[in-house]
Amino acid sequence: MHRPLVRLENVAKTFPDGLEALAGIDMEVGRGDFVSLLGPSGCGKSTLLRLIAGLAQPSGGQVLWPDGPPAPGRIGYVFQDPTLMPWGDVFDNVYLPLRIAGQGRKAARPAVEAALALVGLADFAHAQPHALSGGMRMRVSLARALVTRPALLLLDEPFGALDEITRFRLNDDLLRLWGEGGWTVLFVTHSVFEAVFLSQRVLIMGPRPGRIHAAIEIELPQPRPPELRMGADYQRICAAASASLAQAMGSC
Amino acid sequence: MLTRAAWLGRLAPALLGLLVIAGWEALVRFNDIPSYVLPGPLAVAETLWREGSSLLAALLVTLRVTLAALLVATLTGVLLAALMAQSAWIERSLMPYAVFLQVTPIVAIAPLIIIYVEQPFLALLACAWIVAFFPLVANTAAGLRSADRGLQDLFRLYGAGRLQRLRLLLWPSALPHFLAGLRISGGLALIGAVVAEFVAGTGGSETGIAFRILEAGYRLQVPKMFAGLVLLALTGIGIYAALAWFSRLLLRRWHESALPPRS
Repeated sequence: MHRPLVRLENVAKTFPDGLEALAGIDMEVGRGDFVSLLGPSGCGKSTLLRLIAGLAQPSGGQVLWPDGPPAPGRIGYVFQDPTLMPWGDVFDNVYLPLRIAGQGRKAARPAVEAALALVGLADFAHAQPHALSGGMRMRVSLARALVTRPALLLLDEPFGALDEITRFRLNDDLLRLWGEGGWTVLFVTHSVFEAVFLSQRVLIMGPRPGRIHAAIEIELPQPRPPELRMGADYQRICAAASASLAQAMGSC
Repeated sequence: MLTRAAWLGRLAPALLGLLVIAGWEALVRFNDIPSYVLPGPLAVAETLWREGSSLLAALLVTLRVTLAALLVATLTGVLLAALMAQSAWIERSLMPYAVFLQVTPIVAIAPLIIIYVEQPFLALLACAWIVAFFPLVANTAAGLRSADRGLQDLFRLYGAGRLQRLRLLLWPSALPHFLAGLRISGGLALIGAVVAEFVAGTGGSETGIAFRILEAGYRLQVPKMFAGLVLLALTGIGIYAALAWFSRLLLRRWHESALPPRS
């Protein structure tokens, strides 16, 4: 048996106002996996990520880290919005996690520049966030999440607000980064196509309370070139995932 | 280069001002209104010229009280707001008293302060401080609470300490609010200083501009009253302009309020 990076056992989350966001979640994410959580809005996907990140506590069950709880900086998190500090430039924003960790500006420079290069923003270190396009802001957010070389990258519908062209590009970039970096990625989305294209495994979630309805292994080759989106295999798996999603939504 | 519309936009208020002044002068001349009832603008200007140096010296006294009060209000206001940001309990305990100070008219408190604080400069400063202090506390406290939720999560995720959170997240988020409070308080500090001088009467060996206006009133030197008023108004505008400039300087790189319009 391999040791997963993180395992959730019967995790539930009920908010103080009585809203049952999650119930009976059992799942694990292995080292180096790319797992997607796919489900409609309001099915608790973001809550699940927050529980794993330690930003919220489960009201039932356990989030287990077999190798001990992650130190600060071991988890990278990309929110639905870029969530940048408007008063800092791109460098300041990417530098932030290292700054909080107590690293000096000079010492952090190589790491920040490397992270910016990864997302293709090497020339924009001194741009202000308001001067960037939505896609570029999201890249800054991604660079910030990567700058600490996290063991686990949590992505919460990071490309949901972007146009399709930009989204495809960022998807391709993300896959390339994952291939190079050996990160573990947990990706939340409500797009079937995005989930299937990116992941090794897709967990289909149903709403009220959020729970995992099915797990689909994506049997597509690695690496995945952009043309894959036109292939018959990809289309077939997407159709199966859509059917499963429809079932998950219908069962409530 | 300014466009024609921009020139008009700048010229229009100046033109209106000139018209009003000319009309005022005409009114006084054609009706032979004595200057102890209503002096014309020329008479005011002449008084300003004649008594300028003595009035300016008095203005400097008032200005000193104003700026000292603004400085103390800024320090105490920010400190108190930072304290309030530490816990809801502290805020709930302190806020009513800050409001209490704010809503009690300064004219009513000033006589008490002047009795209890013997040193005149300090008494005046205390009065101006009470007036200037509240907008700074209230705005800064609101600003410290308004930090983006996502960024708060991010700071938590990376295990930021209390001070890091305050310095790197809460304070920059509060800055625009603080500066808005500062612009309001700048004007209020001047008002507070003037009111205090009115109440204090003679303020020791050095007298401020407000006391000079009062004194001129007793002697029916109405042109001198107007001259003092003009100086006070100009000072108020000057304080506001300086603070607005300062605010723009700090925010121009990032805050919506100071960014150039999209072209």
